[in-house]
Amino acid sequence: MIDFFTEFPEISRSGLRDIKNAIDNAFRSFSRSYGESIENFFDPLLWFLIWFEKLLVNTPWPIIMLIIASLCYLGSRNWKLPLAAILTFTLIGYLGMWEDTMSTIALISVATLLCIIIGMPLGIWMARYDRVQKTLNPLLDVMQTIPIFVYLLPVLMLLGIGKVPGLIAICVYAMPPIIRLTNLGIRLVDKDILEAANAFGADSKQRLIEVQIPLALPNIFAGINQTIMMALAMVVIASMIGVRGLGIPVLQAIQNQYLALGLMNGLAIVALAIIFDRSLQRYGERLQKHNNGHKND
Amino acid sequence: MVIKMTDISIQNLYKVYGDNPRGMMKYLLKGMTKKDLLEEHSHVLGLRNINLDIKSKKIHVIMGLSGSGKSTLIRHLNRIIEPTAGRVIVDGKNIIEISEDELREFRRYKASMVFQKFGLLPHRTVIQNVSYGLLIQGKNKVEANQRAQKWIDRVALTGFENNYPHQMSGGMQQRVGLARALATDAGILLMDEAFSSLDPLIRTNMQDMLLDLQKELNKTIVFITHDINEAIRIGVNISILRDGSIIQTGSPEDILLRPKDNYITDFIKDINRGRVIKISSIMKKTNIANGPKILFNKSIEEALPIITSASDSCAAIVDEKGKTIGSVSLDTVIAAISNNRN
Repeated sequence: MIDFFTEFPEISRSGLRDIKNAIDNAFRSFSRSYGESIENFFDPLLWFLIWFEKLLVNTPWPIIMLIIASLCYLGSRNWKLPLAAILTFTLIGYLGMWEDTMSTIALISVATLLCIIIGMPLGIWMARYDRVQKTLNPLLDVMQTIPIFVYLLPVLMLLGIGKVPGLIAICVYAMPPIIRLTNLGIRLVDKDILEAANAFGADSKQRLIEVQIPLALPNIFAGINQTIMMALAMVVIASMIGVRGLGIPVLQAIQNQYLALGLMNGLAIVALAIIFDRSLQRYGERLQKHNNGHKND
Repeated sequence: MVIKMTDISIQNLYKVYGDNPRGMMKYLLKGMTKKDLLEEHSHVLGLRNINLDIKSKKIHVIMGLSGSGKSTLIRHLNRIIEPTAGRVIVDGKNIIEISEDELREFRRYKASMVFQKFGLLPHRTVIQNVSYGLLIQGKNKVEANQRAQKWIDRVALTGFENNYPHQMSGGMQQRVGLARALATDAGILLMDEAFSSLDPLIRTNMQDMLLDLQKELNKTIVFITHDINEAIRIGVNISILRDGSIIQTGSPEDILLRPKDNYITDFIKDINRGRVIKISSIMKKTNIANGPKILFNKSIEEALPIITSASDSCAAIVDEKGKTIGSVSLDTVIAAISNNRN
């Protein structure tokens, strides 16, 4: 009797083994029968990623620099940020990290694009129905907190090592902010303005496109920004399943204790993060300018 | 411009807020008070048995203090709020029963609205805001902009077309709101405390602008306010709303001269009665009268100097043709201006 309180009444070893085996076998047979069709499903994504990566790597570096500097300028409307970007990329190139950096930019861009394409409609859906919000919220919590390796495992079993599983791993982790902030942004739109749109006979599509999304844009941009930051944070983990880029040298550095190599590539990731972040933040601020007369720059 | 004959008739309209509004109807029909409904059934009474005919092409003011249900009432006229029971007949059609599509058409073409907090789109310029209703109607951009420009000129905002709302004062923003509502050419204009958030001086200017526009446009305007002075200044008819019920409807003079209860008497005690009451409504009817002649539609304020300067403080009231129709003495005038009910 006393055993009941000192030892937790747990399932028998063989019972547990059976459960685990059942799950593993079920997933294996699922993987065997559907793995290939799922892989085919993701093929266009793979081709796009490869095409984009090649484009970045093969384009002469001065042109890439020019494009990055002008994007920074368009985002911030300020000469400081493009200048900093050019300096950073010169240093990156000089220290031999150009190609890896291009691969990483390609990966992050495609991942972010994917997150926006899937995440924004989900956020809009969530904002429209309270029940959807109640269902999705715990799911988003799981996506953000579940240890990456746990969901990496089934993805790997299905798709093997490569770019696509890496991309999926990044997206699972990086998508929640864009979903959450799109939802929040739309819910925060001034009720009076929405009422006015209603009173003039706007239908739900007109309300969404002409009122809700434009007014939610600052929040949506904050979401995109966070998504990019989280995607960059996943670069090293993605490299563990064979995604090329700045993560690979960092991984090598960890395995072999190369301090300098790890530091340099790590700092390159940080530099990318800062440049992306600042351009987008300035752009988001400018979007908000019409709301707030005091923020002129 | 097409001006439609628009009569609005509100019939037995009830609005109850809570979990089971329809279930509360039986208590209300038995005469349960707002307070009891809240205490015993935790439902809030918004409107109780509203019956109101609003004449077409006139300004009808609905006046009430906060919590009286006036904003709730006006939102039933374009069904932004659904009633618990009752009908709202516009152009012979009960808009409470029309389909979603018909309702959208109704809001696009027949009734436009001006809001207390303006409700402008902050990310759009003045001209984009004014053309908003037209674009929703499906007009092309060129035509919408042309018509919007016309209304921007009419509300004296020429030159501000490309400003954003936040760059303008409250009065200017509300002129944008007014222009936006007028641009759709709807026969009904719903104004929900449209001028309440403006400074007194600007409010008066806006009232003048509205009265000027109305002379020409002849829209059916339903105007909500909590300000009795505003109500009397612009209303052809006034309804006074209290705790969700209409307690009196009538012309401004009716309300000043024949207030229905003490609540209304309290309201109107600070009104400049001399400016509102027409001399003809206090005259003694007679065909023969001495003294200087005063046209029947003058206000007491205008007539007073003439009466005081007359030798025996009496004056004759005449119609447009100069025929005597009555007489007034200084005593009657003073009695009318002072708060006495006679």
